Amino acid sequence: MSRVRIADDALALACGADAVAHTFETAGCSVERVSSWGMHWLEPLVEIEGMGYGPVAPADVNDILAGRSKLAIGKIEDHSFIQAQQRLTFARAGKTRPLSLIDYAATGGWQSLNRARSLNAPAVIDLVMQSGLRGRGGAGFPTGLKWRTVQEASGSRKYVVCNADEGDSGTFADRMLMEGDPFQLVEGMAIAAHAVGAGTAYIYIRSEYPHAIAKMQQAIIIAHKIIAPLHMEVRVGAGAYVCGEETSLLNSLEGQRGVVRAKPPLPALAGLFGCPTAVNNVLSLAAIPHILAEDGARSYAELGTERSRGTMPIQLAGNILHGGLFETSFGITLNTLIHEIGGGTASGRPVKAVQVGGPLGAYLHPEQFDIPFDYESYAKADALIGHGGIVVFDDRADMAAQARFAMEFCAAESCGKCTPCRIGAQRGRELIDHIRHRKLMAQAAGIEADIILLRDLCNTMKSSSLCALGGFTPYPVLSALEHWPEDFGG
Amino acid sequence: MTAPDDLDEIITAYLGREGPLLPLLHAVQARFGCITPESQIRIAAALNLSQAEVYGVVSFYHDFMETKDSRPAIALCRAEACQARGVEAVAAAALAACADRVRLETVYCLGLCSVGPAARVGDTLYARLDAVNIRNLVSTL
Repeated sequence: MSRVRIADDALALACGADAVAHTFETAGCSVERVSSWGMHWLEPLVEIEGMGYGPVAPADVNDILAGRSKLAIGKIEDHSFIQAQQRLTFARAGKTRPLSLIDYAATGGWQSLNRARSLNAPAVIDLVMQSGLRGRGGAGFPTGLKWRTVQEASGSRKYVVCNADEGDSGTFADRMLMEGDPFQLVEGMAIAAHAVGAGTAYIYIRSEYPHAIAKMQQAIIIAHKIIAPLHMEVRVGAGAYVCGEETSLLNSLEGQRGVVRAKPPLPALAGLFGCPTAVNNVLSLAAIPHILAEDGARSYAELGTERSRGTMPIQLAGNILHGGLFETSFGITLNTLIHEIGGGTASGRPVKAVQVGGPLGAYLHPEQFDIPFDYESYAKADALIGHGGIVVFDDRADMAAQARFAMEFCAAESCGKCTPCRIGAQRGRELIDHIRHRKLMAQAAGIEADIILLRDLCNTMKSSSLCALGGFTPYPVLSALEHWPEDFGG
Repeated sequence: MTAPDDLDEIITAYLGREGPLLPLLHAVQARFGCITPESQIRIAAALNLSQAEVYGVVSFYHDFMETKDSRPAIALCRAEACQARGVEAVAAAALAACADRVRLETVYCLGLCSVGPAARVGDTLYARLDAVNIRNLVSTL
């Protein structure tokens, strides 16, 4: 019988992939569980001899096997959503069994680690520098520079820490990578450890990702001989958003409250247990095997725009017709992403706003949809690309309510260490409540004064918070205020 | 309350690890459904920490609870991407369906942002929820 391939990542499972797989097995097919292609509107997506069908329910199985299914999308590899991408980090997506060492080795796995180990540490770091890779967690700090700082720091005990606390709404690339291609992350971390001279590597995964935790734990066990003598271990977060901030994460790993640390000292010099530590995002580390491949650094640096080199796995989420993972080189516009690739809103209504970069990212107005997607262009527009999450809202969204949510979220997740964040977020939420109440009561006079106060509060939070939580919460608030003043009654 | 032997066993299993507190608390929470003040005292003694330090950690993280809630639980994502996909209507239906029988928790992001609204029951995830299928889901808990 035909061989059927169905994803087994958290999203496919949430959409009912197991029941579909079971129905195919009952019909006598051999089912192979692979990673997801990232075309989420088609999940559960079924692949038979390269041809795709989706979204499939158990009741559709008979028609598919009889060759008369209306869910056929043709050859998956040729689908316009896949064809339009430049997949480097997600090159294996949809194609391999996540925990198969055979599949991983057959698709070039471990070659980069072997090459890195044949080079000395500074040579590996030079290649990472040459690639132009910048931290994909949001801050965009050059990865090679961070590694060089750790490598040159004194001390015999050093660490690599992978930040897999992907808490931003609208982002799921880390999850997909850990669940779909865990060995690539293991390899990237092993290369990082070789480059900086670390004997232990931790991967800190949020507890909201049980499937990613299980896959990574199994992958480390399976690959332990390959990465030896490096000790690698999964550590699980405990539901605190702020632990995605690197210094909170380090405190959490040490068994403390996830409170932010003041910088300096940089974690690269005094990080985990006071030792030099390279803290990198999942996507940064997962890009490393490609960069360390033969000619990889040069080819990576050729992609993208001026100071944003390489590719970014962009996540299309929220109210979008064709949501999923879209990896492409920097420079693409929201117009292309949302209208051409994403097919507009899922509700069929006009797009009102797009939040880029998670709960701390600005809301962009359709008039800004031609800004090229890179670090500098977004910074210039008072926005950030963050971790590459894009959340689309239709014309029913109330931007004052979204601004209020930003403050409410900050208040709920603040670690409490610095005043602008701890108190500011509370006062910000109250102020927006006040403004919305006045709008409801048609008291236009007082709104003006409240908005001045709100802007002032945002500036204080921006300039004097210890970390990005308090420092960036003003972005969604101020951008909503700027582009949709009518929602605030202004 | 807690069976002393089990707690001792968990503590011993994690004692030798680097930064043992969080993994240990996860294990205790998973085993007993809560981390009682009595357990915190014993954990503090075993790790040579003050009770305040252990309480500080337990109270900081959303995943740890001091008292056990034996009701079935469902966590509904109410972050921005699920908001954009209409979770607020689903939340109202969920609240009515859960009443006092089921604990309705809020979670900020399950990483299913392209197929929300999404929810989690234990380690099982649900996507594309609406007011009808959330009611059905809650009734099975």
